Amino acid sequence: MTDLAIHVNDLTRKFGGFTAVDHISFDVKPGEVFGFLGANGAGKTTAIRMLIGLLHPSSGSARVAGYDVARDTEQVKRRIGYMSQRFSLYEDLTPRENIRLYGGIYGLTRAQIRERTAQMLERLGFSSVADTPVSSLPLGWRQKLAFSVALVHQPRIVFLDEPTSGVDPITRRQFWELIYDAASTGTTVLVTTHYMDEAEYCDRVSIMVAGRIAAMGTPAALKGEFSVDSIDEVFVRLARPEASGAGEAGRPGGAGRVQ
Amino acid sequence: MTSLRGLLRKEFFHIRRDKRTAAVLIALPIVQVMLFGYAIRTDVDNVRLAVVDPAPDNATIALRDRFAAAGVFRIVAVVPRIEDVDSLFGSGAAQQAIVFYPGFADDLGKGVPAKLLVITDATEPNTGSLLQSYAQSVVNQWSSEAGRASGAGRASGTSRAGPFGPAKSINIVPQVRMRFNPTRESKNLFVPGLMAFVLTIISSLMTAISLTREKETGTMEALLVSPLRPWEIIVGKVTPYLAIGFISVIAVLVEALLLFRVPLRGSVLLLLFEGALYILVSLSLGILISARTSSQRVAMMFALLGTMLPNILLSGFIFPLESMPAPLQLISYVVPGRWFVAIARGIMLKGIGVTYVWPQTLVLGAMAAVLLVASMRSFNERLE
Repeated sequence: MTDLAIHVNDLTRKFGGFTAVDHISFDVKPGEVFGFLGANGAGKTTAIRMLIGLLHPSSGSARVAGYDVARDTEQVKRRIGYMSQRFSLYEDLTPRENIRLYGGIYGLTRAQIRERTAQMLERLGFSSVADTPVSSLPLGWRQKLAFSVALVHQPRIVFLDEPTSGVDPITRRQFWELIYDAASTGTTVLVTTHYMDEAEYCDRVSIMVAGRIAAMGTPAALKGEFSVDSIDEVFVRLARPEASGAGEAGRPGGAGRVQ
Repeated sequence: MTSLRGLLRKEFFHIRRDKRTAAVLIALPIVQVMLFGYAIRTDVDNVRLAVVDPAPDNATIALRDRFAAAGVFRIVAVVPRIEDVDSLFGSGAAQQAIVFYPGFADDLGKGVPAKLLVITDATEPNTGSLLQSYAQSVVNQWSSEAGRASGAGRASGTSRAGPFGPAKSINIVPQVRMRFNPTRESKNLFVPGLMAFVLTIISSLMTAISLTREKETGTMEALLVSPLRPWEIIVGKVTPYLAIGFISVIAVLVEALLLFRVPLRGSVLLLLFEGALYILVSLSLGILISARTSSQRVAMMFALLGTMLPNILLSGFIFPLESMPAPLQLISYVVPGRWFVAIARGIMLKGIGVTYVWPQTLVLGAMAAVLLVASMRSFNERLE
């Protein structure tokens, strides 16, 4: 169990009387690309925020990189990377400065920062824009840079919260190549998305509906289980009874956005 | 510590690259001192004075000369009939008129009270009453000297309701001596208030805006996910503004001392210490505001309404607290600027030391402690 990248057991988070995450349990193995799917408000973001130490669980437990997220938050934070859909880059800083800033925040030495910066700019093909403010880069470039910056301290696990929203299909494809690159070096990837085609790229997926994990498995196994051709259809099957009912529409503001 | 240094450097990058903010931060203190020093003066200076003198004699001419020599008045017209001043007041050519009656010198010589009318434009009541008392003091001084010289009676002035303002009878005018600011120069008063104002903008407003900006762009989340502790994030964010605030205080002081010759009678070190305390209070307010708001615009509104307005209006910076209604005076007790302005004025103008300013310092210190704890707690709460 200790060599699991993520081990979640009965994790629950309530906001007042509303249960955003309702007793979820799952494991993610090292080097795995784990897709975390669900409609807006299904509880994905709340679950991720607990795993990265931004929210305390109401009950249940989660271990990330071998550390309890509620008790050893500092240890967890050192070993994870995080990229939100807003990319978390400083737009008035250049790529080089962003890398240096986050490298410094994660305690890299000056020599390490210099080395990683060179590597990253080289791999991304960003040498020509290394000293241009991020705000003048195209969206897709920023997204790739944000992903690389999230990996600057070579975390064991990286959490990607809807990293591809608002990005064109070709850039999305390129982005997934970066994800595979990272996974091939042993980095565990937990990615949320609402593009169902992206779910097919994952080693395993879980589908959250109304705070619970309604289905989990490899894309092929899930399609087999529901006898459908795509994850999209699996998702619709699972989500429909909820989506058409009053429960989903009546949610206050969507749980995914609750801080 | 290296991570904190990176954070600090980044904040200076932000300030430097955001040209408008940088310009505001640098220019604001300097421009404010200029504005308050030259433009927004409440001193009475260059008063446009009209003289109605139907029958000039040696006494009226002597008193006219005395007005001209007072340095405050500028005689714009000498007319023979009182009706003539109406148009001078109407056009604004005159702000004040002294009206002599025929036989002024004779009356003085005979020892009967000589009549003199002072008419003042009271459109702006504060200035009006100030002008009135200036004119009175000139007349008074002259009449007592003239009386001593001739051994004769004194001139007694009466004033009449002029077309532009009320009048009151002036028979006895107590002699007043203005302490601490004998020349009654408003620039001596405004510098302490201005320091509070500049510090409020830089510490509260800029801190609140820069913290909420990170929330808006999502970078705050990235910092919170990092191994940085909340206090490190706060320190990294606010230290640059603390430094800039401190530099601004020094800039305002130096400018005021050199350009306007404002006195600094007390200890500079004590003044800077009090300034640092006030910065701490303002920064905490900024953090508190940013913790409770999520957009730059809302944070700016809160900072303007919640810190800047009270610090301008209720600190005694511009409007004297003593003349405010009781409820407002009561509210002013929770306005940090009030205490800082009182301390700074005491140190600069009265030259008083710790023995006199410790109660106000204690109040500021208590405010800093409470606000700092509250803002830190508020910031941490967001993690829940």
